Amino acid sequence: MKVHVDADKCQGHNRCYALAPELFDVDDYGNAHEIGDGTVPPGLEDKARLAVANCPEFAITIEEHS
Amino acid sequence: MSSSSGVPPVADWASDFDHTDPGWVGDPFPIWDDLRRTCPVAHSARYGGVYLPTRHDDIAAVAYDTEHFSSCRVVVSTEPPGEGDAPPVGGAPPITSDPPFHAVARRLLLPAFSPKPIDRLEPVTRQLCRSLVDEFVGDGRADASAQYAQHIPVTIIAQMLGFPLEDADRFRRWVHEALEDVAAPPEVRQEAFLELEGYLDAQIDEHEASPREDLTSFLLDARIDGQPLGREHVRGTMVLLLLAGIDTTWSAIGASLWHLAQHPHDRARLEAEPELLPTACEEFLRAYAPVTMARVVAHDTELGGVPVQAGQWLLLPFPAANRDPEAFERAGEVLIDRAENRHAAFGLGIHRCLGSNLARMELRVAVEEWLRRIPDFELEDAAAVTWSAGQVRGPRHLPLRFLRTA
Repeated sequence: MKVHVDADKCQGHNRCYALAPELFDVDDYGNAHEIGDGTVPPGLEDKARLAVANCPEFAITIEEHS
Repeated sequence: MSSSSGVPPVADWASDFDHTDPGWVGDPFPIWDDLRRTCPVAHSARYGGVYLPTRHDDIAAVAYDTEHFSSCRVVVSTEPPGEGDAPPVGGAPPITSDPPFHAVARRLLLPAFSPKPIDRLEPVTRQLCRSLVDEFVGDGRADASAQYAQHIPVTIIAQMLGFPLEDADRFRRWVHEALEDVAAPPEVRQEAFLELEGYLDAQIDEHEASPREDLTSFLLDARIDGQPLGREHVRGTMVLLLLAGIDTTWSAIGASLWHLAQHPHDRARLEAEPELLPTACEEFLRAYAPVTMARVVAHDTELGGVPVQAGQWLLLPFPAANRDPEAFERAGEVLIDRAENRHAAFGLGIHRCLGSNLARMELRVAVEEWLRRIPDFELEDAAAVTWSAGQVRGPRHLPLRFLRTA
């Protein structure tokens, strides 16, 4: 599983960073990005989904691998 | 505390609404629920003409459409839009700014309000909350709005701006005059505003004479394209930071305690599961979002199938969006463990509340510190609770009786 923040949609609500700091970080302006290439370590899948479900701007997407 | 200027009674909410009417001030939720079903984009001739969308999708559409909906004025009042407005800068940049200037003015301020610098303010906020509780915990009762909630944001923002804390009462009076007394005659409003501007000019002069490590000196040092900010820009931004940072978070803290005072199961659950508090605070922000924004229609367009006319106001009730059953399951219920919560309490799009990280920290710390010392409490007199009028809604008197203290 991979997460990705669309920088054009992110407005810096920081919900993802608050809920899943293992997966997301923020820059000096408070805008979020996925950590590394966005790969979700095993066991953090629920946190990734929670971040998606709390983004008011619908800026986060999940790519599921089979 | 409804408007002092005798607002004529509302005849019909779909065609004559007034957001300072005592009915709206006391309990706007049934009004919005009803409009959402029967007239999702309402219009009133008051204030020179105001539109009111109540569906989440329509409210979001306005927030994202900065071309047709200008932010040049964001407080609906007796002073009509048009004269003196100065897009794209506006009177209090960047909240009153439109693209492309908006992004430049906002980018200046974002670092000071981003999560990591705000985290560093948590210890001083916690200490403040503790000393406030210390003052009344032995009394068995307190007005949680007047003795607690109102002091927290004003103290922190005054410190950030480098303003004397003893002026807090004046700041709160200006907030009341600028944001709540919106039905007062324009000349009364302008007089109040001139006094505020005079105060800010004095602060600017003083900071120019002796710069220090605060937001005021930061604004005076800031450059856009190598040029210092104009006096109007500096003062306007100080107006924004001072006014927007006070009654909003005060309202959110008060409304959360108002809810908890009436819901013993929620109090008991937060005592047993303190780790749930951040989730609960998000739900309080959804259900009791304090801030309704406003726009000025810049060009004729259509919203939710209704034509809207340039030059008129538009109220943007994010609190109504947060109660839309199309956007939230069990929208009318307060579920402190709501896991999926895309609420719009801090707005949507480019004008997302600059202070949202600060507000969230203050709300969480304020509720946490209250519950730590006063885990069990109830309304002393439900009829004595009063709510602010205008676009920022929260309790202004909230007498609570303590059932158990620690």
